[in-house]
Order: sequence, then C-alpha cells, then structure tokens
Amino acid sequence: MSALALRDVRKVYPSGDTEIVALDHAELTVDDTELVALIGPSGSGKSTLLSIAGGLLTPSEGSVTVAGEDITAYSPKRLASFRRDHVGFVFQSLNLVPFLTAFENLTVVPELTGRRGAATRKRADDLLEELGLAARRNVRSTDLSGGERQRVAIGRALMNEPCLVLFDEPTSALDTERGEQVMGLIRREMTERGLAGVVVTHDRRMTGFCDRTVEITDGHLAA
Amino acid sequence: MSVATRELRRRPGRFAFVGIALALLSTLLLLLGGLLDGLVLGSTGAFRAQDAPVFVYSADAQDSFLRSRITPAERDQIAAAPGVTGTAGLGLTLDAGRLEGTTGTDNLLDLAVMGYEQGTNVLPAPPGPGEAYADAALQDDGVTEGSTILVGLGEIPVRVVGFVDDTSYLLQPALWVDLDTWRQVQTASRPDAAVADGVVQVVLVDGTGTPESLVTAVDDATGGATSSLTRDEAIFSLPGTAEQNATFTALIGTTIFVVGLITSLFFILLTVERRSLYAAMKALGVGTGALVRWSMLQALLVAGTAFVLGGLVTLGLAQALAGQIPLLLEPTRAVVTFVLLLATAAIGSLIPLRRIIRIDPASAIS
Repeated sequence: MSALALRDVRKVYPSGDTEIVALDHAELTVDDTELVALIGPSGSGKSTLLSIAGGLLTPSEGSVTVAGEDITAYSPKRLASFRRDHVGFVFQSLNLVPFLTAFENLTVVPELTGRRGAATRKRADDLLEELGLAARRNVRSTDLSGGERQRVAIGRALMNEPCLVLFDEPTSALDTERGEQVMGLIRREMTERGLAGVVVTHDRRMTGFCDRTVEITDGHLAA
Repeated sequence: MSVATRELRRRPGRFAFVGIALALLSTLLLLLGGLLDGLVLGSTGAFRAQDAPVFVYSADAQDSFLRSRITPAERDQIAAAPGVTGTAGLGLTLDAGRLEGTTGTDNLLDLAVMGYEQGTNVLPAPPGPGEAYADAALQDDGVTEGSTILVGLGEIPVRVVGFVDDTSYLLQPALWVDLDTWRQVQTASRPDAAVADGVVQVVLVDGTGTPESLVTAVDDATGGATSSLTRDEAIFSLPGTAEQNATFTALIGTTIFVVGLITSLFFILLTVERRSLYAAMKALGVGTGALVRWSMLQALLVAGTAFVLGGLVTLGLAQALAGQIPLLLEPTRAVVTFVLLLATAAIGSLIPLRRIIRIDPASAIS
C-alpha cells in the first residue's frame, strides 16, 4: 500500500473570466517508507500539491488517496479529522505556539482536540527523548535555538503517529550547513520510524537526503 | 491548565490593557449601580415600608404626595368601595429639626415627618402622641432611643422610642409619628398648607381582588375625586425616581456597550495577530470551535479578574466616600453586574468568529 497516491489531479482557480491551472493532471505515488523531494520554482504548484496531499485543499479533478483512504470527496470537517489522525505537517515558519514549552507544543493539538491523557503525555516525552530534547522539555519555544525549534516542530508532526509527513520548505531560512543538519535529522527520523514523507524545497542541494526527487513546473510533475 | 490560561499567566502584559480597561469599567458599573440603588432606595423607603397594595391621592394632586388632601367624607367613600377591606391615612411634612439641647444651623436634621395610623411589616403600630420611630439613618446624626427632637418651626418635641430601617423619603430620613402629631408639625411649619382634623394626604387601601381592580373601584366610588395608584406606580411616581432610574439605566447600558466594544476590538486584534498560528492549528486538525473557546475562556477570565479588581476599588471608594454620596452596594446588583460583564465579554470575544472561520488551513503552507 502506498502512503500517498495522486491520480490525474487538477487544481484550477477561477480568476475573472479565466482560470488559473495550479496543478495539471498530476500523478504521484509515495511508497510507505519513501521520502520524496518536491522541487520547483516559485509559483510552480508545489504548495498546491502539498496542500492537496495533506487534505488542506480538495482537487478540482482526479483522486487523492492517503494511507489507503480516498479523501477526494471528504467534507472540510472530515478532512480536518483525517489530518488530525493521519497526517503530520512541518511548516516553513514552524508555527510553534510561542508561550508554550517544548513539551506543551507537542501536546497542544491533542489538548485542543480533547485528547489529552497519560498516553499523550508519554508519547510527547518519548518523542522529546528521541529527538534529544528531554533536557529542554520545559523550556518555552521562544527560548529554544533554531535547531531545537525545528526538532520540536518535527516532534509535533509525529505526535499523531502519521502515515504521511509533509515538510514545507524546512530549510528555506537556514544556511547550507544548518539546512543539511535539518535534512539529516528529517532523513534519520523518517527512516528510523519507517514513515513516508514529501519535502517541498527550492534548494537542489537538499534533494540528496531524499529517496527520489520530483520536479514541478507550471503545475506539471516530472520525475 | 489549558492553553488559554497558560497564555494569560505567561503573557500577562498582552492582556493588561484590556484587563485594566475592564476593571475601570467594572468600577464604573458598580458605582453607577450603587448610586442608582442608593438614590432610588433612599428616595422610596417610606413607600416601600407600606404593605397596602393601593395608594389613593386626591385627583387634583396629580400623584403628588405633598399636594394631595383626602377629606373624611372621601375616605368614607373609599372605605365603602367594593372590595375594600381596610383604609389607613398617611401624611408627610418635609421639615427640619434639632436634637434637644443643641443650637446652630450645623445641628439641623433633615427630616421627613410621616404621620401614619397602621403598622406594617417594617413599621410598628403608631407610637403615642409626641413619640416617634426614627429612621436608623438618624443614628449617624447622634439620635438615640430616648432622644428628643424639636421638630420644625414650632419646635414641637418628639421623643424617639425606637428605630426602623430603610424608610427614607427623597433621601431624607423619616420620623414616624401618629397623625395628630404630624398635623401639629404640618400646621406649625406650613401654616399655609395646614390640614384639618381627619384630613390625610394619602389613604392606603387594603382589599380583595387585584390592585388594579381596587384602583378602579375606589376611583369610581369617589366619583373621580381621587386618583389611585398601585404600590409600584406610587413608588415610581415619587419625584425624580423614574427619571433617575431611566438615566442610570441608560448610563449602565452605555457602559456595557463599551465593555463589549473594547472586548471585541481586543479579540479582533488578537485574531489578526494569531492568524498564522490559527491556520497552523487548523491544518493540524484543530476545529474552529476549539479556537473560539480559547479566546472565550480568556475573555471570561480577564473579565472575571477585572470585576474582582473593580469590586475592590469600588469598596475602597465606598468607604472613602461614606456618607458623602448615596452609594448603596447591594449583593444582588453585584451579581447582576458580574453576569452582565461576563456575558458581554463572552459575546465580545465571539465577534471575530467569522474571521476565525474564514482562516484557510491551507494558508499555513507557504
């Protein structure tokens, strides 16, 4: 079973009397433990593809299957529930909650969705341990270093034991050395956990950390 | 501890402005409510001390206690009206007096000399001639049981035989005397408005049926010579009472509106600032409801804390201004203000709801 399968996916946005095609007949399969780099210039459709893959947008045409579940026709509410249970996100700007500690940033989504409990706390502590952040557990995210914040964001993405993790430009704000460190961390964590992922990047140097690179230009995918 | 409370504890400065503003508005609300209660209760105590459901005035008095005169013949007609089971006369002279043995204008006591002939839940049966039950407010002026007050221009001696609570008339503490003593005071102090034997100003009516049916029956029986009011109508017909009520209610309403405005503006700004965070939370599967509850809980906690602070400031002001302004802090008023403040703050925090709903989770992706 593949973690992600996009079949003949189109995404069209109306613009006055015309249409803007953001994604055109896209076909993409990501296997269970595969890490795929998605590379392309600005405006090529990377974000649209990532959003559709993560259930943030619905396609205009085609089908989207994540973890064996066809989510193409899901309602926004059902998509939110699906994302909460099956998809992990690491955002470009991380979007950690600034007044919460590393531990609390991992448990904030379960808490806001009524899933707090001993199992959640243990999962968060285990992840912090595995990410080398146990000693920084009770430090507020604003007081963490850039690398530590990145690891907290990865930890948050892994809290729901996702089938698919989507990384949005994880190295865009970092210099080459730090970018490579972050990609190394992503590669290691994904491999150790046997997870599938898609890494959106504009930096070709980072694609070497992935199993495969897919290029996107003007909404068209090319392996 | 929830996300909302953690933010309040760890970033108190962010909520300081709205907290201080709501504390000041809470103080204003409590002061306005306290002044309204102080003015209205201080003005109407003498009427609220009566149990009778209907107050009968002479028709030409236009519901004015001071102008009203009911003759013995009219009182007989009232007593004979269908449904009337009892009548009692009431008279009033707004006057001044001084404690026996004191001199000078500084020692003058403002008094509402009330003549009455029927005890109530608040008032004992009328005292003997030359005796009075005094409103407890007079104790602040040194009046004690056994004191003699020289009342009015005639300096008619009245000995205080006891005290009653909350019976002021237009903020003047009452001195409750029998009708003959009241007529003496009225004749001496207001010779131009002296009342003959048997004449009273208002007749209190007890009877069967509703107060409204008694009103009609009495006014019909006197052939239109009287104008009767229910107890509540009589209370609100006291000079200034309805106007005070309307004015303070408008001020309180405006203040509540400002509470809502400030709260909603604050949470609109907070929503704008949290936009990317909310988008990320939505992308991670958090529903709009949870994000709204986050804000609403903060609004309730800030408003609750502000109310406590405002309450403390109000209590301090009440102590500092005791006796200088008619401020009466009633627990019921405090509870109503608290509930209104919390409800308005909660509604204010809901104003950005549409903005939160419209935040697209896909905007979390660059």
